[in-house]
Amino acid sequence: MINKTVSNVEKACEGIKDSMTLMLGGFGLSGIPENAINELVKRNVQDVTCISNNAGVDDFGLGLLLRKHQIKKMVSSYVGENKEFERQMLSGEMEVELIPQGTLAQRCQAAQSGIPAFFTPAGYGTEVAEGKETREFDGKMHVMERAFKADFAFVKAWKGDEAGNLIFKGTARNFNANMCGAAKITVAEVEELVPAGELDPNQIHIPGIFVQRIFQGKDYEKRIEQRTVRPKK
Amino acid sequence: MSLSKEQIAQRIAKEVKDGYYVNLGIGIPTLVANFVRDDIQVEFQSENGILGMGPFPFEGEEDPDLINAGKQTITALPGASFFDSAMSFSMIRGQHVDLTILGSMEVAQNGNIANWKIPGKMVKGMGGAMDLVASAENIIVAMMHTNRAGNSKLLKECTLPLTGVECVRKIVTNLAVLEVKDNAFHLLERAPGVSIDEIKEATEGDLIVNGDIPEMKF
Repeated sequence: MINKTVSNVEKACEGIKDSMTLMLGGFGLSGIPENAINELVKRNVQDVTCISNNAGVDDFGLGLLLRKHQIKKMVSSYVGENKEFERQMLSGEMEVELIPQGTLAQRCQAAQSGIPAFFTPAGYGTEVAEGKETREFDGKMHVMERAFKADFAFVKAWKGDEAGNLIFKGTARNFNANMCGAAKITVAEVEELVPAGELDPNQIHIPGIFVQRIFQGKDYEKRIEQRTVRPKK
Repeated sequence: MSLSKEQIAQRIAKEVKDGYYVNLGIGIPTLVANFVRDDIQVEFQSENGILGMGPFPFEGEEDPDLINAGKQTITALPGASFFDSAMSFSMIRGQHVDLTILGSMEVAQNGNIANWKIPGKMVKGMGGAMDLVASAENIIVAMMHTNRAGNSKLLKECTLPLTGVECVRKIVTNLAVLEVKDNAFHLLERAPGVSIDEIKEATEGDLIVNGDIPEMKF
């Protein structure tokens, strides 16, 4: 067993510098790496590029970095929930690259898999395809998209072990699984860190080879963005 | 009478067939799940990573790790599965999802669709819409026939930035059911009590009316 455990979030974030490109898992506020985000705010790293499907809300998630103007550029598919984001984007204070959600996922997956580029039909004929190579396959037009290049990937899992093996819960798996191994260093924070041997190898979603550092997260807020319920009968 | 959003959803629910995997967009499409017949087998996919999505949870049972693509808390039905985002879009791009229902700001008579951006005004992003419209064989657009200013949303050409090209086949609005083919909107059904003239009036693009046009049945 190769032990990937680090004692805390400070150690997990060693080596983070200004102007780096960071991947952050999560969909909306579900499955976001809360501990790592708080640490990035605390360290006050500047001019980072963030690859994340969404940009948090005004006072939680990536919104915390936005508020302190730490983000130079966002690469996302949907950013509708954040007023400060909209303001910084429309005023030109922050650069924004909006890309289709499936393309975002696949560009992570390609980076994880060592595939430099791929063709997808998504975005053909739209401004997303501008300046990109297009090609016809089987009578249908496709756009060439490149794998991401990132310095750090921050992911959050439900359970993990010392070897860096990860298990996700529910729809919190989302981009977290695809970002593992897609950056030079992958940092996983987990709700429950267990000794090697305690997780059933049959149930592992992401093998530890894709994870460089793992730590026991704490104080998870796990905020709900849209609380929708039905009445009890 | 022009249809309510619930009635649009109710009419679209008739397009959902036994054995379908269906992706529902945000807004009117989400309501479709409420009207699908319960004697057929259907599974709803939400692109953030669930197949077999169920209704909203009972109060007190909300789980932050269980949401849909609209970030609403949901439940998982028996037989449901969870997966990562890349696999989710493998289902979509790989055409394993049978039917995609989504809202729109504009549709053109050649099947172009625009629903993600109003330059300088509203820039929320496309989410999964571009992947969905580029890949799905079977796309139904659910929307009001005209926008808040009273202008037609069924156009000769889209004026807003495109989400996808030549992809929409069917549209259900508060006034009509239309098929998009041969570079025109073909009127298939009218909302109860809505005249062909009213639909013509509300349609900027070319409208083909062939023979008697029946009223929608629910």
